[in-house]
Amino acid sequence: MLDSVHEILRLQASGDATAVEIVRQSLDRIDAIQSALNPFTYIARNSAIAAATAIDRRRRAGEALGPLAGVPIAIKDVLCTRDMPTTCSSQMLKGFQPPYDATVVANLRAAGAVIIGKTNMDEFAMGASTETSVFGVTRNPWDLTKTPGGSSGGAAACVAAGCVPLSIGTDTGGSIRQPAAFCGITGLKPTYGRVSRFGLVAFASSLDQVGPMSWSVEETALLLQSIAGYEPRDSTSLNHPVPDYVAGIASYDVRGLRIGIIRDAVDSDGLGDDLRNALNQSVDVFKSLGAEVVDINLPNSEYAVPTYYVIAPCEASSNLSRYSGAHYGFRATNVDSKSPLGPLTATYCQSRDQGFGAEVKRRIMLGTYALSTGYYDAYYLKALKVRRLIRNDYDAAFSQVDLLLGPVTPTTAFKLGSKVDDPIQMYLGDLFTVGANLAGVPAISIPAGQDVDGLPVGIQLQAPALEESRLLLAAAAYQRATSHHTARPREFTGAAL
Amino acid sequence: MSASTTTYPFTIIIGLEVHVQLKTNSKLFCGCSTSFGAPPNTNVCPVCLGLPGALPVLNQQAIDLAIETGLALNCSIPPMTKWDRKQYFYPDLPKGYQISQFDLPICADGALDITDPADPESKRRIGIIRAHLEEDAGKSMHDESAGVAESRIDLNRCGTPLLEIVSQPDMRSPAEAKEFLTELKLLLTHLGVSDCEMQEGSLRVDANINLHIDVDGKTAKTPIVEVKNMNSFRAVERALVYEIDRQYLVWTETGATIELNPKTTRGWDDAKEQTFAQREKEESADYRYFPDPDLLPLRIPESHIENIRAQLGELPAETRERLQTQYDIKLYDAEVIVNQGRELIAYYEAVSEHCGDGRRASAWIQQDVLRTMKERSLRITDFPISAASLGELLRRVSKNELDTTRARDVFAFLWEHPQESVDEAVAALGIKSVDHSEIDALCDELLAANPQVIDDVRAGKMQAVGMLIGQAKKKNPNANPQLVRETLLVKINGK
Repeated sequence: MLDSVHEILRLQASGDATAVEIVRQSLDRIDAIQSALNPFTYIARNSAIAAATAIDRRRRAGEALGPLAGVPIAIKDVLCTRDMPTTCSSQMLKGFQPPYDATVVANLRAAGAVIIGKTNMDEFAMGASTETSVFGVTRNPWDLTKTPGGSSGGAAACVAAGCVPLSIGTDTGGSIRQPAAFCGITGLKPTYGRVSRFGLVAFASSLDQVGPMSWSVEETALLLQSIAGYEPRDSTSLNHPVPDYVAGIASYDVRGLRIGIIRDAVDSDGLGDDLRNALNQSVDVFKSLGAEVVDINLPNSEYAVPTYYVIAPCEASSNLSRYSGAHYGFRATNVDSKSPLGPLTATYCQSRDQGFGAEVKRRIMLGTYALSTGYYDAYYLKALKVRRLIRNDYDAAFSQVDLLLGPVTPTTAFKLGSKVDDPIQMYLGDLFTVGANLAGVPAISIPAGQDVDGLPVGIQLQAPALEESRLLLAAAAYQRATSHHTARPREFTGAAL
Repeated sequence: MSASTTTYPFTIIIGLEVHVQLKTNSKLFCGCSTSFGAPPNTNVCPVCLGLPGALPVLNQQAIDLAIETGLALNCSIPPMTKWDRKQYFYPDLPKGYQISQFDLPICADGALDITDPADPESKRRIGIIRAHLEEDAGKSMHDESAGVAESRIDLNRCGTPLLEIVSQPDMRSPAEAKEFLTELKLLLTHLGVSDCEMQEGSLRVDANINLHIDVDGKTAKTPIVEVKNMNSFRAVERALVYEIDRQYLVWTETGATIELNPKTTRGWDDAKEQTFAQREKEESADYRYFPDPDLLPLRIPESHIENIRAQLGELPAETRERLQTQYDIKLYDAEVIVNQGRELIAYYEAVSEHCGDGRRASAWIQQDVLRTMKERSLRITDFPISAASLGELLRRVSKNELDTTRARDVFAFLWEHPQESVDEAVAALGIKSVDHSEIDALCDELLAANPQVIDDVRAGKMQAVGMLIGQAKKKNPNANPQLVRETLLVKINGK
């Protein structure tokens, strides 16, 4: 039941379950897996029960309820919640509780969703394995020795583990899609500006986007419907009508759709055989559904990772300047009062040194360096120019095809600890995902089978800006023709779902 | 000061950076109030506090005020402007960066004409390099009394829109710098874009100054000094005068030039009347400017700029010119009136129109109205005597229906009784118009009683008439002394 929004809505509508009963089941499930998997940084036990109680009361009173009434949902701990801590999994914000809700959070509450807790992540969303969290690593429900991916690792793991049917992640360079692929679920990064960033703690402002995660495309569409839309408090938010995403996939008809398979990616040496096979099989599926599949290339994609790892750290170095220990969050207490830096600078240095982890400090230093006088043109400005070329590649591709098909990740979920000390290897894993962020286009990761070890394999579809409906339609047609998204982690088979 | 520039063996180079707070209702990037004097940290929200996840949203009113100012300063308004982050750590800057404009300011390449202090009849044109918008920081208050090193931060001011106006180094004397500031303040307060209150911090000035010294046909340039912490235009002038002497002395002693030490910062100590070296950062600050990814570049349609230009109205310099020609007054008088601001200009024009004599109106407004306003700390909008009443009063003076002394009585009466009309005041004071036959008879009577006066006047002792005028005033307080005098002279000379 906890793997289906539709089932939860049906049970409540028929009177077979109350929202409180559903939320209690969700909390029980979290209690059962939290110590083993650690997907949550905070479990909102009391407020979730209270919200569910209110939903049940309103239902009994015959009041109109939102489209997600009584559905438990988990929120990545990078989105502000006025009644729960918002930590970014960092010592710097441990215990910090903002005085306001992120727009996404407010929209979800308005839709009746019950926020069950906040999910673990790489510190400040910088990472691809959920290993840099101050709350400890999150494990992959399919194999506890493997990473769930990151940075939205907790968000993916809690869905895959059957705690909640819906979860909110954020994606700056693949942080929704890669964990979705590693955990065998569906994850969408919407068009940049489609979902408000107000209340999303910024990592790289020009790349960050909030998105839905769930088992199926249908439920992903349902969740997107509740969070998408123009927001005047976010200047980068797009003032463009929100289509009916659920209705947009109702036909499951992809006949005549032109899908470009990204040939260089498929042929890439770095791509594992199982992942290549899954992609090739998906080509056959789309063809069998009546879509046309053609080869296409994004000529500048080899520069995507280096471009991303200049722009994102530059913006991060600036965005994270506010965590200084002066106003809120962590402040070092053991500052040397006789420091030659003076008490103020010494407090800044010590607070930031102790409050941030190694990966965050690495990126702040990278970005600070790249923005410095004498390096700005060679790094930041050049990266902006290459970003333009990458966008041009996407524009050119979408003048020929309706959608792009390719891998999400070069490998399936890797072993915890295997890359955390090798940042270059970790960064290269973003090869297939950062392009959509640099170009600002929507992209979805959907389950497409398993590798020899039984670990999930994902494939990625990308669409032109604001064409989420087309993206969801193709992904939904694929899922209707396959059963990969119905696979569940073996360890949890037979558990009281 | 002009004397100094001509007697010193060097050229003085002065450029100013003026920060003015724009009079918007809300801050530059959030909806918080910009009002001055609220209890600390009450006009704040997640955006101006720099809380995680908060995002800036541009205040269109600030854009419009900046465009208005730029147009009044003869600047061009580029079709596109953008926002950059200027990054540094300080507790009154909670985001760790200030949203400012680096390479595409909203206003560029303007000029402001000022009166040449060395020659009030001529103008000096001071170039404006640029004017850009930025958010203000908060205020730090350091209490180091009695061994308690305590600092407090008030973030109310944080995010208030500032327009930083940067002049060309076109000023050649401290007096010119003061004149530039005076003219700029007049322009900005006339437009209503800023209060320009230095005491409240809504206008702040940094002055850059150095000397170009001719030495054997070559020019030695002293290091540029940026002077800060000046709290009045007078202080700016005095600080610059001090710097001229100091820089020249240092140069004669050490020979240090700009090549050795390009720029230093000094503060102004108003009590000691001297500048002092401020602690220099070990290395020049690198602000790591880059475009703010939270804000889109701003495209300003030409039509929008033209709409604002169309609503600019007459600027102070134009008003000064017009008043001189339209009302036949001197430059000095036009300056006094225009410097008082829009409301007084309107008052002056209404009085002039009513009485038909711009010079008389100017004299009365400068002597009687402004003096009373100053004594009573009144603004012209609160002045009890309406322009129509004063105009009517002065019309009667011009028509010789009232003499100046009686007119002043009426003025005083109207001040006490603002609801009364000039007619009512005249009646209440018992002022009657005296016709010519009455004056005639009065003069005949006086001459008959004082025949000696006739001889004295004919002998050239004109002051003898004054005695008769005094007698006339006693016999009939409403007799116009001027008319009495003229009548007496006609009768004496005619006899």
